[in-house]
Amino acid sequence: MKKVRNLDHGADSLVTVRRSRINPLYTLIGAVVLSGLLTWAPWFLPAADVSILQNFFILVIMATMWNLLAGYAGMVSIGQQGFIGLGAYAVLYFAIKGVNPFVAIPLAIIVCAIIALPVTYLLLRLRGGYFSVATWVVANTAMLLILSFTLLGGGTGAALPGLVNLSPDQLNHDRYLSTWFVALVVVVATYLLLRSRLGLVLSSVRDNEVASRSSGTKVTSTRRLIFIVAAAGCGAAGAVLAISQPFIQPGNEFSLSWTAQMLFVSMIGGLGTIEGPILGSIIFFALQQWLQNWGAWYLIIFGAVAVSIAIWQPRGLWGIVRDKFHFELLPVGYRVNDATREPVPRKSDGPSWRSRFARKKDGPESVAT
Amino acid sequence: MPLLQLEGVSKRFGQVVVADGITFQLEEGASVGVVGPNGAGKTSMFGLISGDIKPDSGSISFEGRDLHRVATPTRCRMGIGRTYQIPQPFEHMTVFENTLVAAQQGARTRGVASYEKAYQSLERVGMAALANRPAGSLALLHRKRLELARALSSNPRILLLDEIAGGLTDAEVVDLSAVIRGLQGEGIAILWIEHVVRALLSTVDRLLCLANGALVADGEPREVLASDAVRTVYLGGRIINESGVS
Repeated sequence: MKKVRNLDHGADSLVTVRRSRINPLYTLIGAVVLSGLLTWAPWFLPAADVSILQNFFILVIMATMWNLLAGYAGMVSIGQQGFIGLGAYAVLYFAIKGVNPFVAIPLAIIVCAIIALPVTYLLLRLRGGYFSVATWVVANTAMLLILSFTLLGGGTGAALPGLVNLSPDQLNHDRYLSTWFVALVVVVATYLLLRSRLGLVLSSVRDNEVASRSSGTKVTSTRRLIFIVAAAGCGAAGAVLAISQPFIQPGNEFSLSWTAQMLFVSMIGGLGTIEGPILGSIIFFALQQWLQNWGAWYLIIFGAVAVSIAIWQPRGLWGIVRDKFHFELLPVGYRVNDATREPVPRKSDGPSWRSRFARKKDGPESVAT
Repeated sequence: MPLLQLEGVSKRFGQVVVADGITFQLEEGASVGVVGPNGAGKTSMFGLISGDIKPDSGSISFEGRDLHRVATPTRCRMGIGRTYQIPQPFEHMTVFENTLVAAQQGARTRGVASYEKAYQSLERVGMAALANRPAGSLALLHRKRLELARALSSNPRILLLDEIAGGLTDAEVVDLSAVIRGLQGEGIAILWIEHVVRALLSTVDRLLCLANGALVADGEPREVLASDAVRTVYLGGRIINESGVS
């Protein structure tokens, strides 16, 4: 909570700007407890559940990055599978060269970020649908280039070396923990990035590029930075995907279905919120477990859910929570509380002081002149 | 040294001339109105000054610095603030966040200083009570005020106001004119495109008239409005003269 000097009332200000409606300490305690539980999960959960959790984390990483790109920066990419594939193959390359695959994860992230930089000079010249199609072209080009490397197994793929010395239990634990750690870093880093000044800039670029530029924002640099961050994040997802499977194949790592899953998860959870992709991933896995024996109906129901959400709840399911209960676990916005207009009760961190504007919003008295 | 100087600025899109050798200069704290019929090139002139449009020839300088290679965001940071004829709010952000973007990026302020800048801009245009409202939910008057508040948050030395009173009621125009006169008192130069002439006359002390991209009149507002050049532009003076009505 920061105090702001008010023109009418001078330095002894009663205006405050808050970033969170609930005490951040509660969020922090909750996050630490949850993180502790998830860290120790392999020791008290069955192996099958640990495997599901691991896949869940991979999807959370991907969806968080896609949400950053599309939901916050307005860059709708359908080619993020390119960086997932490059991340996976970077791990394979370093492992073939004798680097421990787990150590190769951060190296793969750096490789993806470096590759993304020149790609932005092509892609950021484009907007809307042209941008989307171009990302898909870049992803396919990346796959075709990988196919031409016989060292990496060409079209048939290759087994990931460097993991044979570990016992199956140890390997599963290490895979899970590394995936969980990467997911945690990605979500926390995204949250911190969106809470920074850059987060505000990103939203303004998404909403109106022209106005953002004339408000002093360096739009292209901002978009470039976010594209590189999202590429690195998807590279991280590809890297942990690579260590979670014995064999790396171009058809799997560069599959368009990764982007379809990111898109589905972000859309049903809620684009433009950090919580949305996490909630969407939970729903995705719940539906997947529930519908796994339904054959073709599995995909039809997934499609029906996506279409229904797009039509009736375009802000996603987390949007319902946010709009109805004014509740955010990971808030990144700014709220002004001007106590000179109306006293604020001590316990009204959230809904009540927001609702005093909501109550007034249609009335002429809401205009302060 | 003039604050803003345009020297022979020209721009055409195909066969359409939007700026035809425009030359004028503005001193610090000046208050200048711009009139002209639709399609005269008024908004394009703002685009040329703010950097949204690149000129074909001529030069624009701000505080003596040539703006030829200066991008729009840098021009904003130098002190050129603008509003748009059709308001361009960041619709999914709150009113406060709209002004905060300009305070942080345009005025290069951080933390509490940026909050103060953004909030005080809202107070100056009478929108502080709407700070937490989504900008997309605002009515036209508030959208126009938000445009002004956002431009103010960027700490401008000159404000380019593009038909900010258009579509407002008489009372709203009076309110808005008072706000703009207040800015003038703080040393901010105003360049104001407006069709609501009474709002201009109550605020500016110099008037420019554009027609077909060219500057056809420049001077004291009432003299400019009464000039033959302006009457010709607005009323088709040649035809009227021929029929003997003039």
